[in-house]
Amino acid sequence: MLYREALNKALDEMMEEDRNVVVLGEDVGLVGGAFRVTEGLFAKYGEERVIDTPIAELSIVGNAVGMAIGGLRPVAELMTANFSLLAFDQIMNHMAKLHYMSAGKIILPMIVRFPQGVSKQLAAQHSESYEQMLSAVPGLIVWAVSDPNYAYHAMKKAIMMDDPVIFIEHELLYNKKGEVHPDVPLDPFKAQIRKEGKDITIVSYLKMVDDVLEAVPQIEAALNCSCEVIDLCSLNPVDYATLEASIQKTSRLVMVEEDHKTGGFGAQIISWAAEDLFYSLDAAPLRIAGEDVPIPYNRTLELASIPTPDSISNDVIAWGEKNGL
Amino acid sequence: MDKLLLEELYYLMVLGRQFEYAAKEHYMQGNISGFLHLDIGQEALSVASMKAFEKGDVFTTYREHVLALARGIDPGSVMAELFGKVTGISKGRGGSMHLFDPSHFFYGGDAIVGGQLPNAVGCAYARKLQGSEYGVLVLFGDGASNGGAFFESLNIASAQKLPLVFLCENNQYAIGTRIDRVSPFEKQANKAKPYMPTMEVNGMDLIAVYEAVSKAQQYVSEGHGPIFVEAMTCRFEGHSMSDSNSYRSALEMNICKSKDPIESLKKRLDPGMAETLESKAEKEIEEAVAFALNSPEPDISDLKKYTFTRELQHVVS
Repeated sequence: MLYREALNKALDEMMEEDRNVVVLGEDVGLVGGAFRVTEGLFAKYGEERVIDTPIAELSIVGNAVGMAIGGLRPVAELMTANFSLLAFDQIMNHMAKLHYMSAGKIILPMIVRFPQGVSKQLAAQHSESYEQMLSAVPGLIVWAVSDPNYAYHAMKKAIMMDDPVIFIEHELLYNKKGEVHPDVPLDPFKAQIRKEGKDITIVSYLKMVDDVLEAVPQIEAALNCSCEVIDLCSLNPVDYATLEASIQKTSRLVMVEEDHKTGGFGAQIISWAAEDLFYSLDAAPLRIAGEDVPIPYNRTLELASIPTPDSISNDVIAWGEKNGL
Repeated sequence: MDKLLLEELYYLMVLGRQFEYAAKEHYMQGNISGFLHLDIGQEALSVASMKAFEKGDVFTTYREHVLALARGIDPGSVMAELFGKVTGISKGRGGSMHLFDPSHFFYGGDAIVGGQLPNAVGCAYARKLQGSEYGVLVLFGDGASNGGAFFESLNIASAQKLPLVFLCENNQYAIGTRIDRVSPFEKQANKAKPYMPTMEVNGMDLIAVYEAVSKAQQYVSEGHGPIFVEAMTCRFEGHSMSDSNSYRSALEMNICKSKDPIESLKKRLDPGMAETLESKAEKEIEEAVAFALNSPEPDISDLKKYTFTRELQHVVS
């Protein structure tokens, strides 16, 4: 099943089960969503529950907050992460804070989902990543969705939960294929070990997980070692227990992320490891991230601005050789 | 208007004003901190709108103590919230600007100017879907009517024919900036006219506000879509306790205070009854202050409680 189909299946099942579940966003209804995630839902559930909105992101999220207050379980779609900036007041000041400020009286069972990251030559206003800002605000659950099975289970859980969820997808993953196992339980709060290994723990999330997995054979051949690849999945909260168990085993940590390096999300993981696991590490951790530059349009420049399978393997091999691997 | 209702509204206005005086006093004494926005002068608008819209959801701003009291929320729990005590309506997590009580359909206290408007629109959408007959009331100041959230909300509420009453509390000042210096309109209803019917009302006249909001609720509950009510009002104090009110002349303040809604209504009541209600309010506020003073602080070990729902408390512990 494709990633977008897994999301669609989860939405469909939840809408079928609970009439309070509604979907809203630009083009989510009649058109079926810019990335076809909501395809077919409009015909099945009608325009009152699959709501085409104006291009007004502040209202898409702000209305979803109000719908949740009113007893619905809204799933709001924004076309891309950059557009979420127009809704940041509602995300940061309302969605994240009303439960706390009301001492738990206001409950916001809602989801804001959007794709982010570099796709192909969409330039700086359609290519960015904002997990670092969103995961830094207490009150939001932040999940980064990297494969169809996780997409299916995480979407269902996010709709069932009473807490607000930021559901981050990636533009290049919508047509990713993978098996979906509806009957095998999956806890979306847990990091997933995508490949086991014993010498290097490589932590990543979202689309970079695939790039890391593509780079790993070169790394393992060059350094004659084995890599463990961890997909964080949940960026807030982070499943530190799974990371710790892996790092205790390998004693080496590499963090790979697509967002800009300065203030990027991976800084939190490295900082945590330095504080809590310093004496378990055999080498200074390596952090591979996007360059500190607006994402350029030109394809060569664009690819130079973010990690790629080649750059990841080159960087890890150089770091491994320097550190006696 | 029914005599008993009139007396109740008078009582709530007096209760509100005495609450605000007590809050001011305890702010000066250091028992209340943060930003404190007093509603003194605007009580007619606060009390009459809440009573007229008794059944239905209410979203509002940070100037909300009197609204909360008129909604029927216990003055002790509101005062305790201002004191930051665990017995406060938001258990000391919100303070003056963040009073919430879903059991009174009061989703109060938004301190981002205009931030509550999209939330009210969403709630009105939910109520329409659920077939509710009461609709939603959203209060906001003239200052909020210059922001993007305001125009987005007018547009969506109108396009979707939502049961939403926009109630603009026009006191002519966005903090210290007079509205006509930053907007081409003195009456903000001009901005709403392309989207929906509008009504203008004297916000210092309790009965007029009550009738206007009742009529507005009737209108939205009949499924015609949203309606805009603009109430011209006047606050007697600065924007908040940290505002010295230096931008208004003595003459302007005298005119403003000559419209005191409590004094106006008092003339219509039996003097003995007015006095009885005033002492009753005084006693209730004294009790509220005593309750706040004697209440315990929140427990530090509960610092992170309410970040997420109980189901996810393990996430933050």
